[in-house]
Amino acid sequence: MSLLIDIISGIFLLIGCIFVFGGAFGLIRMPDFYTRLHAASVTDTGGILFICIGLVMQAVFVFDNPMAAIKIVLTVLFLFFTAPTASHAVSKAALMANIIPQCQNGESVVHKSLSPIYKGRELSAVLTHSHPSETSEQDTHSNDSEDK
Amino acid sequence: MFLILVIVIFISLILVMVRAFIGPTLYDRLLAVNSAGTKVVILIAAYGFLTDRPDFVDIALLYALINYITTIAVLKFFEYGDLGSGSYQEDDI
Repeated sequence: MSLLIDIISGIFLLIGCIFVFGGAFGLIRMPDFYTRLHAASVTDTGGILFICIGLVMQAVFVFDNPMAAIKIVLTVLFLFFTAPTASHAVSKAALMANIIPQCQNGESVVHKSLSPIYKGRELSAVLTHSHPSETSEQDTHSNDSEDK
Repeated sequence: MFLILVIVIFISLILVMVRAFIGPTLYDRLLAVNSAGTKVVILIAAYGFLTDRPDFVDIALLYALINYITTIAVLKFFEYGDLGSGSYQEDDI
């Protein structure tokens, strides 16, 4: 029985290890800020879920300590509420700090739909380098720069 | 089993801290610090199980609380340049 619990919780811990290491490796390897955000969010949800399932099984059946299991479940619940909130806050702050997500060919992914976020700021000044013809106010300047 | 878990989490913690040092923008560093805090929570819990003392989970729960507050506070500070004066509401945006 104990060997069966060890094997099942070990499988869960191994899956969690793969998630955590994949997220950390993606945080190094990914080229853009928003792709790095995606990689880090995988760690925050998947890795924690599987590792804590394995730890709860160990705490209940092997260590015979149900209070630790309850605390681990509380930690998982709290992290499941706060980790996506923190990721969303970081990504929105990066958008408001004019970090624009880019496609592979260098074009900007978002343009006109961002205008409610950029209330009060110059959206055309943000997007001039990637979409010169899309900005209505600076048409003359963009035409001049294209002629050069 | 727990030793492998602790080693893997420690290696990924080192990778995340590398991103926190070489990150091009502020938000890369902040994302890396947030992810490192999440990994430290799992590391503390797993280390408690490794040394046969599962009571370390209390510290992990406390660290999860502090990590979230840290991220939000640092974001707010770098967005408005101030923490909690209340004068940024209608003026700066």
